[in-house]
Order: sequence, then C-alpha cells, then structure tokens
Amino acid sequence: MKVTLHVWRQAGPAAPGRFVRYDMTDVSPDMSFLEMLDVLNQQLIARREEPIAFDHDCREGICGACGMVINGRPHGPQRATTACQLHMRTFPDGAELWIEPWRARAFPLIKDLVVDRGALDRIVQAGGFITVRTGSAPEANAIPVPKRDADLAMDAAACIGCGACVAACPNASAMLFVAAKVSHLGLLPQGQPERSTRVANLVAQMDAEGFGACTNHGECMAACPKEISIDFIARLNRDYIKAAISHEG
Amino acid sequence: MTPPVAAHAPATPRLVRSLIGKKVIMAITGVILLLFVIAHLLGNLKVFQGAEHFNAYAEGLRTLGAPFFPRGSLLWVARVVLLVAVGAHIWAAIVVTRASWGARPVGYHALEAVETTYAARTMRWGGVIIVLYVIYHLLDFTFGRVNPSFVPGDVYHNVIASFRAWPVSAGYGVAMVVVGLHVYHGLWSAFQTLGLNRPPTVRWRRGVAGMVAGLITAGYIAIPVAVLAGVLR
Amino acid sequence: MELRSKVPSGPLAEQWERHRAEIKLVNPANKLKHRIIVVGSGLAGASAAASLAELGYNVSCFCFQDSARRAHSIAAQGGINAAKNYQNDGDSVFRLFYDTVKGGDFRAREANVYRLAQISVNIIDQCVAQGVPFAREYGGLLANRSFGGVQVSRTFYARGQTGQQLLLGAYQALSRQIGLSKVTMYPRSEMLDLVVVDGRARGIIVRDLVSGRVSAHGGDAVVLATGGYSNVYYLSTNAKGCNVTAIWRAHKRGAAFANPCFTQIHPTCIPVTGHHQAKLTLMSESLRNDGRIWVPRRKGDTRSPNEIPDDERDYYLERLYPSYGNLAPRDIASRRAKEVCDEGRGVGPGGHGVYLDFRDAIARLGREVIAERYGNLFEMYQRITAENPFAAPMRIYPAPHYTMGGLWVDYNLMTTIDGLYAIGEANYSDHGANRLGASALMQGLADGYFILPYTIGDYLAQVKLDQLDTAHPAFRRTQAEVSDRVNKLVAAGGRKSVDAFHRELGRLLWDNCGMSRAAAGLQEARDRICVLREEFWRDVYVGGTGEDFNQTLEHAGRVADFLEFAELMCHDALHREESCGCHFREEYQTPEGEAKRDDARFGYVAAWEFAGVGVAPVLHREPLEFATVHPAQRSYT
Repeated sequence: MKVTLHVWRQAGPAAPGRFVRYDMTDVSPDMSFLEMLDVLNQQLIARREEPIAFDHDCREGICGACGMVINGRPHGPQRATTACQLHMRTFPDGAELWIEPWRARAFPLIKDLVVDRGALDRIVQAGGFITVRTGSAPEANAIPVPKRDADLAMDAAACIGCGACVAACPNASAMLFVAAKVSHLGLLPQGQPERSTRVANLVAQMDAEGFGACTNHGECMAACPKEISIDFIARLNRDYIKAAISHEG
Repeated sequence: MTPPVAAHAPATPRLVRSLIGKKVIMAITGVILLLFVIAHLLGNLKVFQGAEHFNAYAEGLRTLGAPFFPRGSLLWVARVVLLVAVGAHIWAAIVVTRASWGARPVGYHALEAVETTYAARTMRWGGVIIVLYVIYHLLDFTFGRVNPSFVPGDVYHNVIASFRAWPVSAGYGVAMVVVGLHVYHGLWSAFQTLGLNRPPTVRWRRGVAGMVAGLITAGYIAIPVAVLAGVLR
Repeated sequence: MELRSKVPSGPLAEQWERHRAEIKLVNPANKLKHRIIVVGSGLAGASAAASLAELGYNVSCFCFQDSARRAHSIAAQGGINAAKNYQNDGDSVFRLFYDTVKGGDFRAREANVYRLAQISVNIIDQCVAQGVPFAREYGGLLANRSFGGVQVSRTFYARGQTGQQLLLGAYQALSRQIGLSKVTMYPRSEMLDLVVVDGRARGIIVRDLVSGRVSAHGGDAVVLATGGYSNVYYLSTNAKGCNVTAIWRAHKRGAAFANPCFTQIHPTCIPVTGHHQAKLTLMSESLRNDGRIWVPRRKGDTRSPNEIPDDERDYYLERLYPSYGNLAPRDIASRRAKEVCDEGRGVGPGGHGVYLDFRDAIARLGREVIAERYGNLFEMYQRITAENPFAAPMRIYPAPHYTMGGLWVDYNLMTTIDGLYAIGEANYSDHGANRLGASALMQGLADGYFILPYTIGDYLAQVKLDQLDTAHPAFRRTQAEVSDRVNKLVAAGGRKSVDAFHRELGRLLWDNCGMSRAAAGLQEARDRICVLREEFWRDVYVGGTGEDFNQTLEHAGRVADFLEFAELMCHDALHREESCGCHFREEYQTPEGEAKRDDARFGYVAAWEFAGVGVAPVLHREPLEFATVHPAQRSYT
C-alpha cells in the first residue's frame, strides 16, 4: 500500500519546526506503524538525510516510550493501542497521515517527535509510592485485599506513563495520569497511611509542572492505550477534597 | 539528570490554590446557580396560571420571610449569594482557562475530538454568551431599559410585551439552549469534580445531567413559545 | 585471573544466613560518605538503587530510556515464582531450588540457587507492601498459577503485566529516594565505558543521549544491572534499546564473561511476518497452561487448522512428554517446534510456526473463563496478526528472549573486577543453561533488594579507597577513548546502514548459534563475524553529529559491541562440546533427540577473559559441585 506522511520535523527545542512530506510506497499492511517509520528512516539514511527521531523501545505496548499524534489522535485511531502496536492495515491504501509530537508546555520538545516527559517522573517522585523499607514488609497474606479492590487497583496501575492523556486533553491536563497513581495506591490497604499526603503532594507537583486543568472532556480516556477510566479522576478529586477538609478540620 | 522535585513535600493540600480547588469552586457555585435556575423556572411557570398569580408570586418574593424580615431583605440576601457565586464561578473559570491555554503553547495541526461532547467544548464561550444574556435579561425585566413597555410591578405584562417581539423570543430560545448545554456538561462535571461517582451514582450521572438540562431548557422556552402562539396574552 | 566463588561453607540451607552474619558492615555514618553507581533501572537496578539509598548510601543511577520506568523488565508478562506454598501443593524452598537447578540442566551454582529460592518468599512480601496489585482470590488472599517446567502452582501474577507491576513497585521506591535526593537519576544516559583504577572499579563514562556530552562519573563501587543481550540476534523479544555494551565494556576492562552461549529461545512468540520486522513479540508462557500445541501430521498440509481432524493432528509435546505435556520447559518446547518445522510440518507463511490451540480449553471452561485468563494476550495477538484466537488457533514460533550468560560473579555478585557488581540478567548466575518461566523477575529482585545491598557493604567495609575525582588520569584517559570512538563512528562515511549490519549479524547467529548448533556452522559464523566487523568499521554510515540527539549513533555503538561480543558467543558455543539446556549441539544428543550433557568434561562455568578484539579469549573454569542434588539426565516424560 501507499501512504503520504506529513511528519513534524524540528531539529531542537529552540529550532523552528515544520511538517515535511514523505511519500511511501510498498508499505506492507502487516507492518507496525513504527516499522513503517523504520523503513522510512532507512530510506532517509540511504539518501543521506537525517532520520526522524522518535521514542520507542519495547514495541509491545507496555514500556510507554512511544507516542505520537497521528491524524489528531494520540497513538493513532485504534482503540487501546500504542503507536508501536498500531498496524498499517488500520489505514486505507493511499492514506494521508499527519504525525506530530505530544504538545504540552510540561513536555518540552527534544527533537522531531521526541519530547521530555520528565514531569511525569517528578510527579511520582513527589509522592507516588508507598513508603516501605526493603526488608520491613509483613507476610504477604497477612492483609487480605478484597478481589474487587485489587482488580480495580490493577485497572489503575496499568498506566504505562506514555503521556497520551496529556496529549489528547484539550487542556493538556495530566489528571488521568495522577488519578491512576492515586487510585492504584489509594485502593489498597497498604496505601492508606499516606493516602492524604500522597494526593496532596502529587496534585501540587502536577500544578507546578504547568499542566492544564481537567474540564471533563474524557479525551484522555479515549486516547489511553490501557483504557484507564475517568472514574479514577473523580476518585482523585474526592481524595483531594477529603484530604483538604480533614487537614483543615 | 532529573531536576529535583520542585515543590518539596507540601503535605498540606491547598484546596483553593490548586487547579482542582478552582474546579471545586466552579462545581459548588455552579450547583448554587443551578438551584437558582431551577427555582426561577418554577416561579416563571406560574405565568401559565395567569397575571394575578404571577404578579402575586413576584410580589411574594419581595415579602418573603415577612413579617420577621423586612420587605425585600431576603431577596437581597439571595441576590448577594448569587452575585458572589457568579463572581467566583467566573473567576475560577478564567483561572482554569488561562492555565489550560498556557499548558499548550504550540497547538496541533489537528486534534480530533473522540469522547468529548459539543456541550463540553462550548463551555467557555457558552459561559460568555450566558453572561451577555443575563445582562440583557436584567435590562429587560428587572430594570426595564430594553423592554418595549415596561410597567414596574406588572411582571406578567412585561413578559408578554417582551416576548411578543419574535426576535426577542428567538434570542431567549437560543440562550436557553446554551444554558441547557452548559447545565448538562456543568452538572455532570460537578459530579466528577466533587468525586460523586460511587456506584450506583456513576451509572446515572450523565442521565440525570441530561434530564435536568433538558427540562430547564424546555421549561424556559415554553414561555416565549406560549406568548408567540397566543396562549399567553 | 582467579575465580573465587566465595561460597560459604556449611550446609546449603544455612549458608546465606551464616554469610550474612559474617560479612562486614559499614557503619551508618560511613555509608553517607560512599557513592555507588548503578547502571540500569530495571527490576534489579531500580530495586538495588532504592535499597542502597534506604541504607544511607549516595547513589547515582543511569538509564538510557527517558524514564527509569521504561526498563525492559516492564515487558515481562507471566509472573514471578516464590516458594510460599500457598496452594498447599507440596511446594517448598527446596523444591523451588531443585526445579531451578534441574531446569537449568545442572549448570548453575547450587548455593546461589538455594539462596534465590529462600529469598523468593521475601520478595512477594516486599512487593505486596509496595502496593503491587497481584491477582487475588475471592477471599482476598493471593492467587497463583502454574508455569512451564514445574508441577506446582507457585507463580504470582498481576494479569499479563506482572513485570510492569513489579517494576513500578521498584520504580516508585526509587522515585521516593530521588525525591529525597539520595539517588541522583540520569535518564537518557548511556554507559559507554568502565573506569578501573588500581584494579578497582571506580566509575563510568557516560554519554548524555540528548546533548551528546560525554562525562565521567566516579564512585566507590559500580553496579551493572543492564540486562541481557538477546538483541545480538537482531530479532528478539527484547526492547529495541537492549544491548550488551555496558557488560561488554566491563568485560574488556577485565570482568570475566560467563557462559555467553547460553541464550534462551522462547517457544511462544508471534512468528515473523516479513523483512520489515523490527522485533518479535512474546506471548506469555502462561498460555501453555490451557493451550495445546500441535502441527499437522502430514507434511505440507495447507488446510485451515479447523478443518484438520484430531487424528491428523500431532500434539507433539503431549506425545513426547506425557507428564509435562504442553508445559515442558522452554528449551525443549522451542527445540521440538524447530524440529517439526524443519520436517516440513510447520504452519503459516514460510512454514515457521506451530499452532497453539484453545479450542478444547474453550469447550471445557467456556469462552468467558478463557477471556478472563488471557483476554489481553488474545487482544494483543489479534492486533498484531489480525487473526482471532477464539476462532482459529494462534500461530507461534520460538524467538530469542533471555540470556542466561552474563558477567561472571561470585556469591557476593561481584565480578572479577573488585568493586564491580553485576545483578539481574546482566550476570550469569542462577539459571544455568536454561531459565524456567517466572524466574527472571525473582532473580532480578532477589539480587537488587536482598543480596547486593548486604554484600556490597562487605566490600566497602574492608577496602581502603583513595579519594578520587574525575580529573584523575584514568578517568581522563577512558573518557578520551570513548569520545574518540564516538567521533570515529560519526565520521564513518561508508555506504551501509547500521541496521543492515545488525540484521546480517543477527541472521548469522540465528542460523548458526541459535536453537541448535554444530561445530562447522559455529566456526564459519565466527569467521564471518570477524569479516563483518572489519566491514562495519570500513563501510558503515552513521550520519548526523555526536553533539545532539542521534539515535543512529546510539545504535551504531551498540552494534559495534555486538560485533565483538558475537565472536565470543560462538567461541563459547564451539568450545562446549556437549548439549545442555538451551545449548543444543547437534553432535551431542540422545537417541530420542534430547540434550546429552557431559558432566565429566563440561560440568563447569566457562568464564572468559578478554585478550583483545579478534584474539582468542582465555578460558577459566569454575567447577560446579553438586553436593545436594545429583545431576541426572533431565526427564520431563
């Protein structure tokens, strides 16, 4: 099949960026989207042009490294799929594809389609954990966890930290990412002692990073490769309000 | 190398300072305003009971709480509450909007809408339209400045006089659709922002929001329609 | 070079306890004065960095990914073993130990494996306390499932994302220490060399992958947790960035490399679809719990699988290994798959595939149960192949997955360079010649949480280290060498792409040093690798500059190291004139086609000392003594 690509090229954070058109022929429908870009990059290298920089690693949809907006959809049009797991058969022959990086102030651009998502790491560093010193843990079965809670916690914990939620949000908000972490740990008995300080710290860091506010569009959920629900955002809000009230009370 | 975490361990949640806090303010003030809109609608619908009832209701608002409270005092309390709510609602909206606009300095070639609704996307401009509408509405029925034949105290007459002009009625109709959309997304958002999503709430949040919004729009539009149709005269 | 395993004396079950009681401790005030360098942030690296920081050490942690959370441990699907015996099915520390030694075809050190089995139970406790959402039963207690090569249910899992959840646990512990400024994290930073001063590891040279800046980092000990080298085959289940560079550079600086030819080829991967293929995708081994593996009895049978009646199907694993059936260990399942495909009975394009069929399981348990157990895996399969596993059997084929070989380490996980440690997949230790499913996560976390943090103190407490800064000549020299090499790669103005060299190398190894090996092929491969390496430096084209984000340059450096390392791999495979576990030499097999070990001649760990590029390495042997288990022909029939 043939595809026409318009890829955002930007040499560095300060350099001007623009879309560059590439026409690809002989694309196999069995290729993944990133394999298609690999092939293009090989062609660029053969022509002594600079290949397109894009983040990728596991190519199994779990590491969260890859991420690009394809025709206005983070990770492309397929539901619950990262760019590396998206296959060219998803597109019609002759498709025209616009490929852009995640765009958010909190994700400064490094090069082409590569952005710096360190803001998400810093949010976790601010409190996205359960404080447990190695060796101090009680016997694993000492605290039973209802299956429902464990399953729900797992739904939230499935977040791969790719940043698609931020990219998809009309407000560039990171609420779904933060909500997933707060809910994962807040749903488990082990996470209770730090529940209110955790949510306070995570939210403070999120705001400090310059993400926008949630206005409940739900685009994050639609873009999330792990289909994490915005119900967790309500849970985050509830936890945050509770923490604020109980602290002031 | 990762820069150190900026805000180091501010273990106290600062509700008002955070963006979530702003949203909470919007949700609470929004609910107050929604309750007003509902009460206002219920009052307005008395117009169908005739001039006497309707004007008595309007007068009743002023003498609410009598004889304990002086005439008009509770009405002023309500007005102050509403003014504060409107002010806070708009302030929070502006802060949140500015934060969001600032959060994406370089826009996309295209960002496709998948999950969001028309109502959600029109919240900001819808809010502006509602403010303009409210100003007109006050000039029309409260201050009588733009009403074709304003008679202080004869609320029924004022309503009929204004709505007889079809452009005014049409404008009101459009404004009520905007209000309905705003209420629909606003109410469902309030559930979300206030964390009211436990089962079974989570299942009927959207439905309730839609129903409330629909009833409000339909109820308010019924009046100009009735005037134009000659049911109310 | 002398290999001293430092295994404590005394009965197996008491060795670790005794060792912990005897090793030297660093007093808390002194811990604050030490800086430890940890390279890699996967299960082993993140858990070690976090635990060391908790103890009070200052830690610098490096990873080439943009975030510590993306290390490839994240992709492990199936689960983690622990001898908890929660299922009351007769499991015990000894049984886990025994299964692991036997599964490794008696090529691992008994003492290490026993310790691993002992520690396995602490790992589960630790992870649960961190908030790892393991699968649970309705009563709220932890659930288990069974895995290949064993007959008990001892595997803990979090859906099909166990590695992810365990890594996030370790990443969160690490993040906490970063927030407390005890760990300085350097993402997008690749270690390109080791600095050795007076025979001791004292630092590393790192290239910042964004700015291209090459810098030196000093410390009192260096821990390599840089994973395995399956990407030497080009196509593997590893992440694209996985590489041998860190451990290879350490090897060139004096660390012995053990059993490099022990590479695990995983039986359940999605077959190759075309020449564009960039990597292979693993389907969790847990699928073999309910899926049945078969090929048509007849060669060249092109009927669709559902049209082939039962009596014309060959469920070859069930036929050959009645007691383990489809749960035969990985090496055996892979080899048998290759065998039936080589016979011409393979299915799918090119005949490189066998069926993994859920028809019977769906009939027995119902579609819902299967969907609940494997739903996400089925979806993944369908996304990649556009085929629905509920309607037709999956097609699978073996792919390189894990490397048992790695840097040689003693009982303390120290390499042959003082102060240089290797943990997780980067070392050779516990899996012998074949790793059992759900054991890699166990080993990575055992090393990082529970072993290294103790044993590193033993070294730091005893050694007198001079204060060094990175202006020391050894740092400057090594840094200059790294910069030169980077510049040389950038300047290379040849015609062939880095990727082309990598593919060619991979093909060469897959054909000659993959699932089955023979002397002639290995010799030929070794010669051709030398030629390819020369061609690489003469004819590679990298492009761009060394002063910014240049992914081709990153890849080029890694391929350059693979080209040196691959030769050692073939050398090792050639020297080991026996078959054991994953290492199947065609010349050495039983009449039934099973691996035929030669304990008398090869009952040792082969630790190679670097002697120069293109120069035959020097072999050092660590004899393996089995005081508790008795090596026998592995039987899974």
